Amino acid sequence: MTIYRFKTPISEEDVRKLKVNDVLYITGTIVTARDQAHRRALEYFKQGKPLPINLEGLAVFHCGPVVSKEGDKWVAVAAGPTTSTRMDIFEDEFVKNFKVRVIIGKGGMGKKTTDAMAKYGAVYGAFTGGAAILAAKAIKNVKNVEWLDLGTPEALWIFEVENFGPLAVAIDSHGNNIFMDVTKKVEENKQKIYQKLGLSP
Amino acid sequence: METTKIVENVAFNILKQAVIYLPEDVKQALKKAYKEETSETGKTQLKAILDNIELAEKYQAPVCQDTGTIIFYIKAGSKAKDLDKVENALINATRKATKEIPLRPNSVDPFTQKNSGDNTGRYIPFTHWEIVPGDSLEMTVMTKGGGSENVCISGMLVPGEGINGLKKFVIDAVIKAGAQPCPPTILGIAMGGGGDIAMKIAKKTLLKPLNESNPDPTIAKLEKEIFEAANMTGIGPMGLGGKTTVLGVHIDYAFRHPASFPAAVAFNCWAARRASARINADGTVEYLTHKVKW
Repeated sequence: MTIYRFKTPISEEDVRKLKVNDVLYITGTIVTARDQAHRRALEYFKQGKPLPINLEGLAVFHCGPVVSKEGDKWVAVAAGPTTSTRMDIFEDEFVKNFKVRVIIGKGGMGKKTTDAMAKYGAVYGAFTGGAAILAAKAIKNVKNVEWLDLGTPEALWIFEVENFGPLAVAIDSHGNNIFMDVTKKVEENKQKIYQKLGLSP
Repeated sequence: METTKIVENVAFNILKQAVIYLPEDVKQALKKAYKEETSETGKTQLKAILDNIELAEKYQAPVCQDTGTIIFYIKAGSKAKDLDKVENALINATRKATKEIPLRPNSVDPFTQKNSGDNTGRYIPFTHWEIVPGDSLEMTVMTKGGGSENVCISGMLVPGEGINGLKKFVIDAVIKAGAQPCPPTILGIAMGGGGDIAMKIAKKTLLKPLNESNPDPTIAKLEKEIFEAANMTGIGPMGLGGKTTVLGVHIDYAFRHPASFPAAVAFNCWAARRASARINADGTVEYLTHKVKW
């Protein structure tokens, strides 16, 4: 386990240094995107329309933050991750088209995303579910918000962050995926558990 | 002060206590898990959880951005006054809490998908009633996160399989849930009664402190057995692997129909938020779980 501290924009070369179980902290710009923002971004790409922000080298955060407006300034009050599996249907295209280097969320992602991360050079950083204040305190500034018409949880929030983390590298750019490994191990352990409990498989 | 105003104030206070301060027993269990976890990645997750709990208290902010669905459990003394006005006071408290703490608006009309914006709506906040002797009013609030709610499960087991059927049902549910309910979780398990009754009992056991096992030694033994088995899965904190998958297991039951074996597993995430208070007939208030009040 190695601890890395990266500044955005993150290069492909740097991101490929990361291996599963490493810990990553990010300083720079991260952008939130959930289901609706992923869908719209890919539609824009298809139509050749530019996104409101160039995501190359940045981190995308699966998060619907609690935000409050103080005067005309937005503040992130609580900003933990949401379950990433819902975005699995979009993420391979997302990584490929926008050259995002880090996807942040909880709960993990599947094989299609893992393959895309290996091919195009990106990692999945698991942020502890529920650790909303830890996340909010690393957000130093809400730089901008785009696509607010999707609603506050679904909008693109552009955050300036400092040492945002810890992110457990759970999918690296070499085809490794902790969640898939754990699922496999759990399935093996299941038989042992059944035995211990005196159950037939 | 009139009774309904007191109820509203106390309900607001316990809501605020619950979303900011995790119960002491949950904090202790997380600290113990952090000490004992052997997976490095699992340990980083538990450390982040403990750091986050401290920050939430320091900044008086909700411990998780999902401030949950709000559920009240009321023990109403049969001689307590103005019981017909309590639910309205709870709704008012919920609205005030949403605005002032603030809470995330989590109440959506399933037909229109419209969010009410204030955590209230048809049946929400939900109130469970129990009539007890006396003239006081005891209130407990649970703010139940969506991630752990999504994996709650009830089922009808085969009566002939007995308790073994229940064990398999629970372990399979934990494995299927995997990383989704933000482990380490707390399991509330119940059998008997009926489909609705089993789930109601299962969820209610989540109000019990983690260090309080069932007074019936047979059930306490089953709680321990399932606790150990669930922690053998290797799911670990946040599903990243490790030996801390559940922090505790509570089991309760009702008698069952001879042909039925209803069973239910209610999951709670590590952010197991609950708080209680008692309002006495003379208007004095005792906070039962948390010391801080506003």
